[in-house]
Amino acid sequence: MKKRQMYMRMVTASLLRRRSRMVIALLAIAIGATILSGLVTIYVDVPRQLSQQFRSYGANMIITSSGEGFTQEDVDKAVSLIPKDQLVGVTPYRYDTVRINDRPVMAAAMSMEEAQKTSPFWSVEGRWPSAEKEIMVGESVAETYNLKEGKRVTCTYAPEADKTDKKKESKQEEEDIVPDNFIDFTVTGILSTGGKEEDYVYMGLKDMENLTGSPTVFDICELSVSAESKQLSSYADSITGKSDMMSARLVKRVTESETKVFSKLQSLVLLVTIIVLALTMISVATTMTAVVAERRMEIGLRKALGASNQSIVAEFMGEGLVLGAVGGAVGAVFGFLFAQAVSVNVFNSSITFMPWLLPLTIIASVIVTGIACLLPIRSATDIDPALVLKGE
Amino acid sequence: MSLLELKNVSKIYGNLHALDHINLKVEKGEWLAIMGPSGSGKSTTMNIIGALDKASEGEVLLDGVDIAKKSARELTNIRRDKIGLIFQQFHLVSYLTAVENVMLAQYYHSVPDEKEAMEALERVGLADRAKHYPSQLSGGEQQRVCVARALINYPEIILADEPTGNLDEANEEIVVELFRKLHEEGTTLVVVTHNPEVAEVAQRTVVLRNGKIDHESINENFTGRIKHITLQ
Ligand SMILES: Nc1ncnc2c1ncn2[C@@H]1O[C@H](COP(=O)(O)OP(=O)(O)OP(=O)(O)O)[C@@H](O)[C@H]1O
Ligand SMILES: [Mg+2]
Repeated sequence: MKKRQMYMRMVTASLLRRRSRMVIALLAIAIGATILSGLVTIYVDVPRQLSQQFRSYGANMIITSSGEGFTQEDVDKAVSLIPKDQLVGVTPYRYDTVRINDRPVMAAAMSMEEAQKTSPFWSVEGRWPSAEKEIMVGESVAETYNLKEGKRVTCTYAPEADKTDKKKESKQEEEDIVPDNFIDFTVTGILSTGGKEEDYVYMGLKDMENLTGSPTVFDICELSVSAESKQLSSYADSITGKSDMMSARLVKRVTESETKVFSKLQSLVLLVTIIVLALTMISVATTMTAVVAERRMEIGLRKALGASNQSIVAEFMGEGLVLGAVGGAVGAVFGFLFAQAVSVNVFNSSITFMPWLLPLTIIASVIVTGIACLLPIRSATDIDPALVLKGE
Repeated sequence: MSLLELKNVSKIYGNLHALDHINLKVEKGEWLAIMGPSGSGKSTTMNIIGALDKASEGEVLLDGVDIAKKSARELTNIRRDKIGLIFQQFHLVSYLTAVENVMLAQYYHSVPDEKEAMEALERVGLADRAKHYPSQLSGGEQQRVCVARALINYPEIILADEPTGNLDEANEEIVVELFRKLHEEGTTLVVVTHNPEVAEVAQRTVVLRNGKIDHESINENFTGRIKHITLQ
């Protein structure tokens, strides 16, 4: 039998036959490795998710018109400057004043599908409009007119007052062209955002065209782009530069807080990681110290048989490193599950398995265990065989 | 030249002279018993001979080399190469089988050799218990494993401190019989014992008292191989 074989036999025999003590050390390492690999997973994977999450805090770019508005074509052209995979949502809005009970109300018309992408945080009681003649009303509008989900409301279109005053004839004409200058809407949902959005009513573009009798011309366009603020502003600049009637700007508040929260989150994860590593080291070192104390006689015997300090270190280190590797492997698996659970519960999305994390976790916990074992093992070599072998 | 020679060896703990100017010679192939009341310095003597401990004063010549002045590392090598130790409390590694415990001594000495370790167990009559763990062996069987472990590397000298202290009479006899066999094969033996029956089978008995050699005697009825020894 080779020396190495005997060494392996001793290390494994010690671990397997002295299970109860080793299970505690293993547990400490596995828990440490679980938290470590879980946090690293979150550290790496969550920023990706978070940027999706933060995008849900609304558009991060707004295109406004410097002239008489713009068309879908203009929007498409401008948006083509941004890579498709970074584009989360594009919602051009058309605003007009309509009347409900003869009082003016601001109406926004847009594609409901797109708006849900750029404003996913909008909380709607009921549902978003999905067909023509359906309308969503802001909460303060709903209060003013006592509107509820499922109720009907009639919107009339009133051209601006000055136009009416100056050109009564033309109004007459318009009414002729557009017989349909009022629409009976069904309220599908009440929108509450806590902001000025609650003063609006929201309808589809088609309804607005029917109501006003004029083709769609957009006033602003909201964009949700998955990019960091630097890249984002370069996109905004190029959109502004390319067109003489459109100017794009960033919605600062959201992007800034996004980066801030990122770096806060990352330093938090780093801090927790360091604490967990330290705690793991302490508990491994404590367990190892107990193990060495428990095995004083055995160590004394080995020394009496002629074991050098190096052999004693090698044997105990071997046990420690095997524990580190096994604990690391267990921890890597549980860490993934842990990260998965956190991700699903907190961020509502699942995490991609990162294969490189397995060897990394094992190596990290082997190193941590090795360092934690240094001191206790050092003390093992100080054991005086003559003293410990003396008696009970 | 004697295999082992203690010249004016003292071991001092604080102001206690555990050994007080001991002079002792052990010839190659000799079988020596050390007796004496508790606290007289028997184990201290054994530890110094066995390179487990260092004398405070004096010379300890093993094979003509003074081990009293050696470093801890050198003492370790001396234990590994020249000494076989047997203890009252056996001191077997609990998670290794009988044969693995024997191989442990080989492991530190040179290379483990299972076949040779099995042969050693055969010699002590435990071939059928080779795969048992110490907890599955009786006290006598455990001590026989220790004998096998002590002899496996063909040490210059086998030191046994109260080897039968934890054994009943039947097992004591088996162990003494093993010593006799070892002696016959030319092994040098030093056995510390309280038990006159274990002492009287040796060639010579040294009695310690208060760290000094009180007296010594030659066993006239000794039936072993080497007869001609002299009192010092
Ligand atoms: N490490 C030590 N520190 C202080 N005193 C010690 C130490 N080891 C032994 N002694 C003392 O040295 C003396 C001799 O001890 P030793 O162990 O050699 O006795 P012994 O003859 O083997 O006794 P026993 O038959 O009880 O085993 C004792 O008085 C003991 O108290
Ligand atoms: Mg003693």
